[in-house]
Amino acid sequence: MVRWTKVLLFLLCLCPAFWLGWRALHSDLTADPVSYVTHFTGDWTIRFLMITLAVTPLRGLLNQPALVRYRRMLGLFAFFCGCAHLSAWVVLDKFFDWREMWQDVLKRRFITMGMLALTLMVPLAITSTAGWVRRLGFRKWQRLHRLIYFSAAAAVIHYYWLVKSDIREPLLYFGIFLVLMMYRAVVWLRKPARKAVHVS
Amino acid sequence: MIIRKAPQFRYSDVTPRDVYVNRRRFLAAALAAPAALAFAETKLSNVQKSSLSTDEKVSPPNIVTQFNNFYEFGTGKEDPAHNAGNFKTVPWAIHVEGEVAKPKTFDLDAIMKLAPLEQRIYRHRCVEGWSIVVPWVGYSLNVMLKQVEPTSKARFVAFESYWDTKQMPLATPFRTGLQYPYVEGLRLDEAMHPLTMLSVGIYDEVMPNQNGAPVRLTVPWKYGFKSIKSIVKIKLVEKQPPTTWNLMNAHEYGFYSNVNPEVDHPRWSQASERRLGEIGRRKTLMFNGYGDQVASLYTGLDLKKNY
Repeated sequence: MVRWTKVLLFLLCLCPAFWLGWRALHSDLTADPVSYVTHFTGDWTIRFLMITLAVTPLRGLLNQPALVRYRRMLGLFAFFCGCAHLSAWVVLDKFFDWREMWQDVLKRRFITMGMLALTLMVPLAITSTAGWVRRLGFRKWQRLHRLIYFSAAAAVIHYYWLVKSDIREPLLYFGIFLVLMMYRAVVWLRKPARKAVHVS
Repeated sequence: MIIRKAPQFRYSDVTPRDVYVNRRRFLAAALAAPAALAFAETKLSNVQKSSLSTDEKVSPPNIVTQFNNFYEFGTGKEDPAHNAGNFKTVPWAIHVEGEVAKPKTFDLDAIMKLAPLEQRIYRHRCVEGWSIVVPWVGYSLNVMLKQVEPTSKARFVAFESYWDTKQMPLATPFRTGLQYPYVEGLRLDEAMHPLTMLSVGIYDEVMPNQNGAPVRLTVPWKYGFKSIKSIVKIKLVEKQPPTTWNLMNAHEYGFYSNVNPEVDHPRWSQASERRLGEIGRRKTLMFNGYGDQVASLYTGLDLKKNY
């Protein structure tokens, strides 16, 4: 059962990629295909990050702890879209002009922030396997994977810093991020004080 | 045996006559783009070629008419082509007033006949880093300005776009981050420069709504947002007038906004640009390649400070 729903979810997550491929095949990537592909992959990176962050609250609120089984796939899709987003910039926009890109990373704060968001996802993608959970031990692994909070925050700031004047969409993602983090804060505050237990 | 009922209507009953008599043109336009429908019937006649034109390859119409920054009709590049279809451009008038001896209102008919229409192929560089080559139709703005006789006090020209929330429900500060109506300005000598155009069409057709119908400004050596669309008011003034993008963020968008590869936008480089329809990037030219004609306007001016 889980296996089939995983296959289904996998295909669902591929829909944006198919959509982009379909439009590319029909030369329907707007008048500025480079921008379109860059923005499309960037949008989906943030969306997958938010969806991944939504798994924990949904588990609690719906009382469906099994949902955690789908979290790794969602997170890896965020990483996949992030890599596609970076590739679009490297290949389509800058065409391997490493010097100019390096200067951009240093000089343009929104690019610095975007790089940070993606870089933070790298250790998470690498240690996403069951083997790595075992190797690190669950506690350590969990602590490491809290990096996604910072990655998502950086991604939202990256988006906010790059728009010209219409900030509605970055604000929307900021709002979603805030709600998802507030859920965690509330859960954390409600837990019996662990430290006190340890001391006694 | 197939027994078919006669259809209740003939196709001609439900199809406007001008559509079926111009079927081929209609189909071609419909295939090109839905928004191009109105465009197909509106050829401008007696358009003269201009020596001010560049010989660079003209951008395809489907790019120029489907990729627009016209925030009154949405902030997405494809929004204006979708949303501006029903924009009413008749009747239309431009009020020219302020520091002038003869304030005057030009209705659309007068605007179209003020001077012989010229086709001028200009490079157009957006502050966002993309560019196109557009065959504008119109004439030098100075033709209109001379008619109202600016007084000695007139040092700047302030422009204002049409704005009403019924026709432009998206044109709100909340939805776009900008204040309305959209306003722009030039120094009087910039406005009087022969390159500065009042444009009423592109590709020898009347101006499509999404490109700033019925009449807009074209200032080829400045970033695109200086070329204000759908103008309803021109005021000659003594002091430098406010401009929309400068009001939004003075740090990023200056009053001059001359195309300048050496002065970066705070958030991105202006050294190169993407010519839409081409692969790769090309170097951005000083004053968008119009330095020979306009550089003298700015002698002694620090272009890094006056960006």
